[in-house]
Amino acid sequence: MIAIVDYGVGNLFSLQSSFAAIGAEAVVTSNAETLRKADKIILPGVGAFADAAEKLRPLAPQIKKLAGEGKPLLGICLGMQLLFEKSYEYGEHPGLALLKGEVRPISEVIPKDYKIPHIGWNALWFVRESPLFRYISEGDFVYFVHSFYAANCETSLIATAEYGAPLTAAVGFGNVYGCQFHPEKSGEVGLSILKAFAEI
Amino acid sequence: MITKRIIPCLDVRDGRVVKGVNFESLRDVSSPVELAKYYSSCGADELVFYDITASSDGRKIFTDILKETARQVFIPLTVGGGISSLEDFDRVLKCGADKVSVNSGAIRNPGLIYESAKRYGDQCVVLSVDVKRVDGVFRVFQKGGRENTGLEAIEWIRRGVESGAGEIVLNSIDTDGVKGGFDLEMLEAVCKVVSVPVIASGGAGKIEDFITLFKTLPRVDAGLAASIFHFGEVLIPELKQKMRENGIEARI
Repeated sequence: MIAIVDYGVGNLFSLQSSFAAIGAEAVVTSNAETLRKADKIILPGVGAFADAAEKLRPLAPQIKKLAGEGKPLLGICLGMQLLFEKSYEYGEHPGLALLKGEVRPISEVIPKDYKIPHIGWNALWFVRESPLFRYISEGDFVYFVHSFYAANCETSLIATAEYGAPLTAAVGFGNVYGCQFHPEKSGEVGLSILKAFAEI
Repeated sequence: MITKRIIPCLDVRDGRVVKGVNFESLRDVSSPVELAKYYSSCGADELVFYDITASSDGRKIFTDILKETARQVFIPLTVGGGISSLEDFDRVLKCGADKVSVNSGAIRNPGLIYESAKRYGDQCVVLSVDVKRVDGVFRVFQKGGRENTGLEAIEWIRRGVESGAGEIVLNSIDTDGVKGGFDLEMLEAVCKVVSVPVIASGGAGKIEDFITLFKTLPRVDAGLAASIFHFGEVLIPELKQKMRENGIEARI
């Protein structure tokens, strides 16, 4: 069973539908005990970092503990950003620190005439092999919507997307994974990534 | 590099997809759920659902259909039509919408853009504008293109983006349904004043119209159309192939 963490941030309907589509059992939960019983954990998220980190606070120790014990964890979009040490979105805010690196505005690295947010379909370029990519190919397109990105995360970087600069698209280190893009909105490619995670 | 998006638009009334020409003479096309699945599988980058039902009964059918579609379609969904409050945002987002398109509701209450962007993020708020030339000036129309609001379109759009709209759908009433190509002049005027994605709507009749659009105006991010896709006059896989042949980034 896969547990989708519900901490009051964003809508989990699409994620749940995605797992239903690939035939994997997924439950939406805010219960620490359910997380413990789950085989894998999905940490979703949309919105602002500070607000999400605050709402996640009651469950953060449990998620850190379970990830530390080796339970596969996949952060999606803001959920991926929360895995890092800190974020510079409107101030400086600590994250879960499961991965080395920090979250910074994409405006710092992309050319001035590029639109923000980075929104739309972009190709994945692999940096390292990963079990997440088992069913997809380099150059496959996924759907992004974000204005911040994970920086200084070379130890976990597994894929980038080119947007005037290579932006962190996916990370993986041990049992902790993250996608900046939305696999639940990335058509067949996205479903294949979720399937690969479900089978880890 | 990010691709140009191709977006079929589904006008839904009483649980069915309909499409008017120049906003009139609506015609039944198909089941929205089936059509959405078809588009999703043939390479559409996104889908727009417009709720054009007036009654609350119709609205209930629409949310059921939306939920059913969202359950089966795994590309971004934008929902519009009759959105005039944060409660409306909440209602459609809970049914699986990713973005919400505001039009008349924002004209009546411009604060809606700011309030919704603050609550759901700029990326969630799409400002859809129906524009028509009146004595050489771009004017914002409402009520399905029948009523001139008197608002100057470019200034209205600029203010909308300032308030938090994350995307603009520019629908030219002058070219809508005519199938003579997108309104490049109007689109260029909008692209000059905003930095958020601009989606061209109204006027596409053939593949070449999309090629001309993206070649002439590289700042335009997406092309939206309805009947030409619904009736198979333009097939999305073929369109995307042609885009690539013309050096335009497309997701295939």
